[in-house]
Parts: sequence; structure tokens; C-alpha cells
Amino acid sequence: MSESLGTTGLILNEPLLWERGKKGRCGFSMPPSDVPQNPLPTELTDYGPDLPDLSEIEVVRHYTRLSTWNFGVDTGLSPLGSCTMKYNPKINEKLAGLRGFAAAHPLLPSEFPQGALRLMFDLERFLAEITGLDAVTLQPAAGAQGELTGMLIVHAYHRSRGKQRTKILIPDTAHGTNPASAALCGYVPIPVPSGPDGILIPKVVAGLVDGETAGIMITNPNTLGLFEENIREIARIVHDLGGLVYGDGANMNAVLGIVKPGAIGVDILHLNLHKTFSTPHGGGGPGAGPVAVRKDLARFLPVPRVVERNRMYELSEDFPESIGRVLAFHGHFGVLLRAYAYILSMGPDGLRAASRLAVLNANYVREKLKDVLHPAFDRPCMHECVFSDRNQQGTGITTLEMAKRLMDYGYHPPTIYFPHIVHGAIMIEPTETETKEDLDGFIEAFRSVVREAGENPGVVREAPSRCTVKRLDETAAARNPCLTG
Amino acid sequence: MKKIEEIQLPEELRYSPDHEWVRPEGDLARVGLTDYAQDQLGDIVYVELPSIGAHIAQGAVFATVESVKSVSECFMPLAGEVAAVNVPLADNPVLLNQSPYGDGWMVMVKPDDPSAVSQLLTAAGYLARLKGGV
Amino acid sequence: MRYLPHTDEDIAAMLGVVGLKELDDLFAAIPGNCRFEGALQLPEAMSEWALEGHVGRLACRMAVSPEYSVFLGAGSYDHYIPATVSHLLGRSEFVTSYTPYQPEMLQGTLQGIYEYQTLAARLMGMEVATASHYDGATALAEALLMAVRISGRKEVALSRAIHPHYRQVVRTYFAPTGYELREIPYLETGLTDFDRLEESPDLAAVALQSPNFFGCIENLQAAAERAHTGGALLVSGFTEALAFGLLKSPGSQGADIVAGEGQSLGIPRSFGGPALGMLASRKKHMRSLPGRLVGQTKDRDGKRGFVLTLATREQHIRREKATSNICSNNSLCALAAAMYMASLGGTGIRQLASLNHDKAEYLKNALRDAGCSIRFSSPTFNEFVVGFPGGFDARYRRLLDRKIVAGLPLSAYYPELADHGLICVTETCSREEMDRLVREVTA
Repeated sequence: MSESLGTTGLILNEPLLWERGKKGRCGFSMPPSDVPQNPLPTELTDYGPDLPDLSEIEVVRHYTRLSTWNFGVDTGLSPLGSCTMKYNPKINEKLAGLRGFAAAHPLLPSEFPQGALRLMFDLERFLAEITGLDAVTLQPAAGAQGELTGMLIVHAYHRSRGKQRTKILIPDTAHGTNPASAALCGYVPIPVPSGPDGILIPKVVAGLVDGETAGIMITNPNTLGLFEENIREIARIVHDLGGLVYGDGANMNAVLGIVKPGAIGVDILHLNLHKTFSTPHGGGGPGAGPVAVRKDLARFLPVPRVVERNRMYELSEDFPESIGRVLAFHGHFGVLLRAYAYILSMGPDGLRAASRLAVLNANYVREKLKDVLHPAFDRPCMHECVFSDRNQQGTGITTLEMAKRLMDYGYHPPTIYFPHIVHGAIMIEPTETETKEDLDGFIEAFRSVVREAGENPGVVREAPSRCTVKRLDETAAARNPCLTG
Repeated sequence: MKKIEEIQLPEELRYSPDHEWVRPEGDLARVGLTDYAQDQLGDIVYVELPSIGAHIAQGAVFATVESVKSVSECFMPLAGEVAAVNVPLADNPVLLNQSPYGDGWMVMVKPDDPSAVSQLLTAAGYLARLKGGV
Repeated sequence: MRYLPHTDEDIAAMLGVVGLKELDDLFAAIPGNCRFEGALQLPEAMSEWALEGHVGRLACRMAVSPEYSVFLGAGSYDHYIPATVSHLLGRSEFVTSYTPYQPEMLQGTLQGIYEYQTLAARLMGMEVATASHYDGATALAEALLMAVRISGRKEVALSRAIHPHYRQVVRTYFAPTGYELREIPYLETGLTDFDRLEESPDLAAVALQSPNFFGCIENLQAAAERAHTGGALLVSGFTEALAFGLLKSPGSQGADIVAGEGQSLGIPRSFGGPALGMLASRKKHMRSLPGRLVGQTKDRDGKRGFVLTLATREQHIRREKATSNICSNNSLCALAAAMYMASLGGTGIRQLASLNHDKAEYLKNALRDAGCSIRFSSPTFNEFVVGFPGGFDARYRRLLDRKIVAGLPLSAYYPELADHGLICVTETCSREEMDRLVREVTA
């Protein structure tokens, strides 16, 4: 194993919060009262929740130690497919903390938050330009909520045309949120099988489209890392029968400045700011999922919308055909701010370079692993590459076991067992922010794991051996859930 | 996972192609999942059973079985009204893995057509399907 | 560009390995009629220093304290955030990590969220809390859909005293479902009028908010009895999580599902987001909960550890049959809330909540003594509805010129409360500031 991945120092154990502390301690600077006490009637009040009492230092040590158990992008390569774990710029964090933004109330009268409104207005224009669409909402709080918003817009569109439709076509490679979002809108998801080349076939789509098809959801490039080459024809087929084309923009990192979804038939598209636009994943959120639409669908966008009037910006709800609100306020402003800063830092050339280098990195990894792992498709990929576990069948070692062994080598495993149509799928998306040396290290590590699978399967089966916990019992967790302490 | 030769298939039971077994008991029939099914599913963490009194058509979903990472539907081998469900299975889904033909049974039904049982596969017929890769 | 580490040598070497001449060749599979050949019309790249200057100037065009006195609540609250919370939350191991699907790599996040779930459940007085949702409004919408799922019934009744934006979000989520939404009016006291709730065998849930939008503390016990008699669930919402440092928790009063906003717990207002949707239920409804759940378990050596669990409810497994489409939780915000609650502690949270209440009562009494009308007689927490002598809207506009945002004018939200405003006071308001407001209002 590589010398450079040694361990230094100690990673300490740390109990649960309520196993620490002592009654009477406090880690908060309680402001003194400058007003008289005014107790509420006792039937309304209680002793308060049973929270542990900790001093400031106990809180700081607790969370500092917990953080040392985490492996993030700042720790090392985390090549999770379709997640775009790119570097999160630190200047963006600094800007998000500026008092003018951090302390701002969302319902200030519009002349007061002009800085924030201008930022949102400009970000909408940037995202419209990047996607080749006309109008944008920044309100959806995550990609999945962006998808729901998109489905609601599809629903509103068909209602406005006098006939509600019942079906949405969804490729078999789609992310699980796609059918879930469609179902939330009352649509029946109709699976569309991908062809032998890993992309959708127009004839197959044509065979499934009918007068009940509200639309199709397409991810492009798809989750196999392949560009849907027939998208223009597929869009035409769906449009001809009155349906809409919804684009899942999760993989936008492959095509910034190279393809504009709005120009190739997409009517509605959501973006993931926490993927393509460098805002941090935060261990599972918060993200943001803005939605861009074609001009004639703009009237359905959620309210409020940022409008410009007399060289001032304001939030307007004056859109009678809007689908309504999807969030209490205007969106995850703190996340929007970071994406805005990223776009301004990269500029048009930087964004295009990011996509080109993301695709280069993925193809490099694919090329260097394809003799030991079985590529799902015998063709170059875009920003991510997918392998199956076919080569490992003889060893009895599974994709899961290889993923766990990669941890011992100091890498976050790639996405596994997705997309479902590839057996034992391994989906690797390095992103453009990884150096050649780090990619070489990852490749070398994976090649070692594959070798071990053949020559020394026990060490793979027993992996991980270097983590603080090893092979947690997920069965017991699901059989007897213990969700609170 | 077990090899096909290791799969237990009691001779006196009948089987459906969807991997359920049926045992006639008087004018009722007991239904569960085969040893092959429980082996394929892995550790079962949760079983959702129908309500007593529900009428379920042949081929319709009568239960779902969850492992950590998947959900599988179970299809009724013969139409009928649910007369009893295996309540301990809710707290102890592991019974389905440990004793699929015994304590891990799922439901008892009153078949609409008692003769329907004889139309199901024998143990030999079910084994042939497994070997044929169906 | 400092985020793109490739040198020309790197690119040449890598292209060589892939067997291509130029970067353009990587995109050969994209048909000509799909390619965008121009340049994106975006501002040229800014240096870190120019960017800081530009965004800094935008941040200056924002009305925040101390230059402005902002008495706004209505779902977004100004509370002191300890430096420790901001500092700890900035640790990049928390910030830059992915969702903990590979638990061995992310025990920090997993234990942190398990702790959050526990503290959140205790705060709400419930048995199980989720790992969080986007905000209080979407948490409420999800809670109502959950109630429909559990009961198999198709109607939901919502109090008019729930935050108007929350009711709008519920309406958006319910629009394609065909489920019916009914509104329950409120009384002169400012509390929801349960006697006007018609019995219905199709009622899945009764929803209200406490403290409600007007700051009034609802009688959740009575609401629970009323709901349960008709076989419906009680869904109790909130926008000000700190209230439960002092008030009886919704769980202790019979709520079946609790859904609300946790932004008050150590999360900056940040012009409305990101926020923290909190959701909790009884253990028996656990499998109907939407969103992520972290559970405790053991590893193969018997060591305690944490994992995402009950994942079969979720979209990546059940797809269209999932309890929701939700993929992310607001993990970092949940962690902030846990850090905040850990810093305050049980003793501290009651003290702070009491301080909030005392301060609001001080201003309420001072305004009343100065001739303002306090619209609702029911006890409130840190918000209340007020009328100013000479009319609220006119005086409100004049106060803006004095850099005072005297609450939220209500005419756009409640026509029946035109010319009234919703004023919020937290521990961040000094007595001087409040005295100044009273002076300016009555000047």
C-alpha cells in the first residue's frame, strides 16, 4: 500500500452528546435581561426539553472529534458518479458569511434588500444563458424539488390546454427521484428501456408515446455517462404528440458551454447547484435545484419572481398562472450566493474548460481501468464512466467488497449498484478539480483491489480494516430501528 | 447464496412461478415464500402483510418483503380472502429467513376455488423452473 | 484558474493515454446539431479580490442591524448565533462531505445527525424525528401527505392562523393529488376556532401552528381531542422552534405528527434560506415518514456506529412508490441546530425562551400604554399583532425612513387584518431599541 497514505496522530473516540456534560453547565453566553420578568400562565409552559448541559469546550471538542471521522472532498478524492464532488471554493464560504446577506430577513420591503435581489436577478440570467432557456426560478431547495417543480409545470401546462394527461416516460437509467417526482404529481411513470448502446432509441420512444403522454424525463448525458445522441429526434417525437421534454440537469458538468439543453429540444430543466456549480454537499444538504424553462412556460414558474422595475428589483407574485410557492421564502439564498460567486470566478472560458477537463479525467480513468474492470459499454464516456462486476465473477468478490477495500487505500468509493441496468455497477465521476497524480493514485489503488480480489480475496472480503468502524450491521438497524437516544 | 441443489422444497407443498408456496389446511390454504426466495432476498428486515378480510385476486400483490436495500412484492398464488396473517412476522422478520415453510409463513386464505391449488406446480415442477433459469 | 489543476503537460499526457489528439475529440459523440459553438455570454472571470469587492458592495445594499432596527419575524427570526457554532460548522470535513451512504467514511455526520434527531425529538416531545427537510413549509406539506397515507382518507383541514406561505406551499403540493384542503377560521382571541370544524369521515388530519402566525399559543390538547374523536390525526406546526424551550411541547399535548421550522436554532436568516425543516412522529408511524433517518447499530466488532436506515421508504429504492421524492436533507443546517442546542443546553434554552417572551411582553405593554391596539387577547410568545394610532400602514412607511422596520404589514396576507402589523421581538432587541420604536410610533 502506498507510503503516502499513512496515518499520523490519533483519531479519538467520542461519546454521544448526552453522555457528556453535567447539569448546570452552559456553552452559551446568556444575555442579561433589561426588561421585567413576565411569566406565561403555567398551564401553557413546561420544564423545557431534556437537552444535555455542556460547557463551550465540551461542545467544541465533541464536534471537532466528530469531524475527524468524516472523509470529504477536502480530505481526498470522492469520485461518486452523478454527484459531481468537485472542489468547494473557500472564497464562496467567506462571501456567504457577509453580514449584509447572513442577517437579512426575507420579507424586508423590496427597497431594502436590493443587493440580494440583484444577485438573484443576475444568477437567473446566468443560468438561462448556460442552459439556453429563457426564464429561471431559484426557489426549489434541491434537485428533487426542482424535479417536482418541473412536473408541476408540466401538469399546469396540460391543464391550461384543457386536457390533463396521465403518463411520463422515464428511461430505465433514470435516478430514483425521477419516477418519485412524477408520481407525486399523479403521473404514472412509464419505463423506457435504453438500447444496446446505452442510449435511448427514437423508435422505442415513438412506440411508447401516445395522447396520454404528458412528457418525457431525460438526463443528458445519462447516468451511464453517455450523451443521448438521439435527443433531438426524441424531443420531436414527444413534441409532435403534444408532450413536453423535461431535462434532469444533474450531469450538466459534462457540457457547460458545449451543449445548451434549451437548443436541443428541452423545455424544462433543473440544475443542481451543489453538483455542477460547486456549492458544498454538506453531508447531505442544503443544496439548491433551480429550474429553467422555455419562454412560453415562464408563466407557470413558482412565485415570487424577481422582476426589474424602474432600475430597482422587487419580488412579484403577479403571475396568475403560477404553480404557486414551493418553499416558504425565495430559495436557498446562501447556496445561490455561492453558485453566483463560482460562475463569476470561472467566467465563460473557465466553465467550458471545467467540462472539457471533467470529461478528460473520466476518460483517462476509464482507459486505465478498462483492462481490469469490465466497462459497461465499449465506447468513450463523458464526465463519468461505468463498469460492471463481470470480471470479478470468478473470484466471488462483489462490487460492495471492492468498494469497502478502496476505503483502506484512502479513497471514498465511487457510486455502486447504480444505474440498475448494469450488474454490480461502479460509477466513477472524478470531476475536473482532481490532479493527474490523484487520479493515478486512485487508479493504482483500484488496480490493487482488483488484483487482491483474485490473489488474496480474504483481505477484500474483510475490508475495510483501517476505518474506525467496519461493516456496520444495516440489517439490525432496519429490523430494530433505534432512531433516537 | 445457496446452490440450486441446496434449496429446500418440501414434497407435500405446491408452488407458484413467483416463488410462493401453498399448503392446503382444511378449507383454508397457508401461503409463504419459498426457500429460494428468502435466500435470494437476503436478510429480511420488514414484512408488510394484508388486512384480514381483504380479498386478493390471483397474481395480485398481497405483501411486500424488504431487505436493507430492496423491496419485493409477493404475488397471490390463488385468489381468496385473507383469513389470518402471521403477526409475529412483524416484530421478527428473521423468521422468514430461518423457517420459510414453518414459523415464517405469511398468510392463510380461504380460496375462492379450492381446486385451484392442484393447478400449481409440484416441487419437481418448481425445481425444474429454477434449473431452467426462469 | 486555481480550481483547474491541469497543466498543458498533464493534458497532453492524458490525451495520449486516451488515444486522442485534442480535447475537442472527447466530444466526437455529440452530433453537430447538438453542439453549441459560440461563447457563453457571461461576465469575464473575476479575480478573488475583484469578486470580494463586487459581492461586498452588494452586501452593503442590504438593510440589516445595527444600522436598521428590524422587528420582523413571520417565519424567520433573529437570534444570537454563538461563534462556536459558526466555527465548528465551517470545518470542511462536515461541509465538503457527501451523503453518508458509505457509513464507514462519514461517522461524524452520522453521529451528528443521530444526535440532532434525538434533540429535535425531545424539543418537539415526540418519539422519532427525521434527519430534516428543506424548511418548515415543505415539512408541513410532507406531514399532511403522510397523514393521508397513514389514514387512507382524502381531506385535510388547515387553520387560517398557519403562516400564509406555509399554506400556499401545502396547496402547491396538494394541487395534483385531488385531496381536499379545508380552512378552519380563527376567533377574535386569535386562536383557531375548532367548533367550526365539521365532522367528516374523510378527514385525515387537522393542522394548526403553535405559536400561530399571530404569535398566539394554541390549545393543542383540545385540538388533539377534537381531531382524534373524528378519527383524524393532529398535525402540529411551528415557525419559532425556540418557543419549546418554554412552552409545552406539541408531543406532550397529543400531536401525532409535528412539522416546523428550525432556523431559530443557530441558523442565520440569510434572506430566507437555507433553513431547517423539522419533522417528527410517533414510533408507530415511523415507516410512513418521508426523508432520511439515521439509526444506531453495531459494526462487526461490536462497536457502536450509525447508518442511514429504513431506506426502503426512499426514492432510490422504492422509486415511484416512495414516501416522498426527497433526496437530500438540509444536513449542515441540522448539524448547526444540534450544535446550537448543545451549546444552550436544557437549562439555557428555557432561560433564553423566557427572555424572548419577557422582551416581547415589554414592547407589547409599552405600545399598548402608548395608545396602540393589541389585536388579540390570547397569550403570545415573541410575536404579536398590533395597530398603530393613525393607521399601521402609514406609520410603518414613515418609520422605514427612520431605518426602522416595524414588523410585517398584514393587509397583503389577511384582508380582515388590514392596517395591522405583526411585530417580533427576540433576545437581540435591546430595551433602548424598543423604547425608540414606541417613541417613533407615537411621535
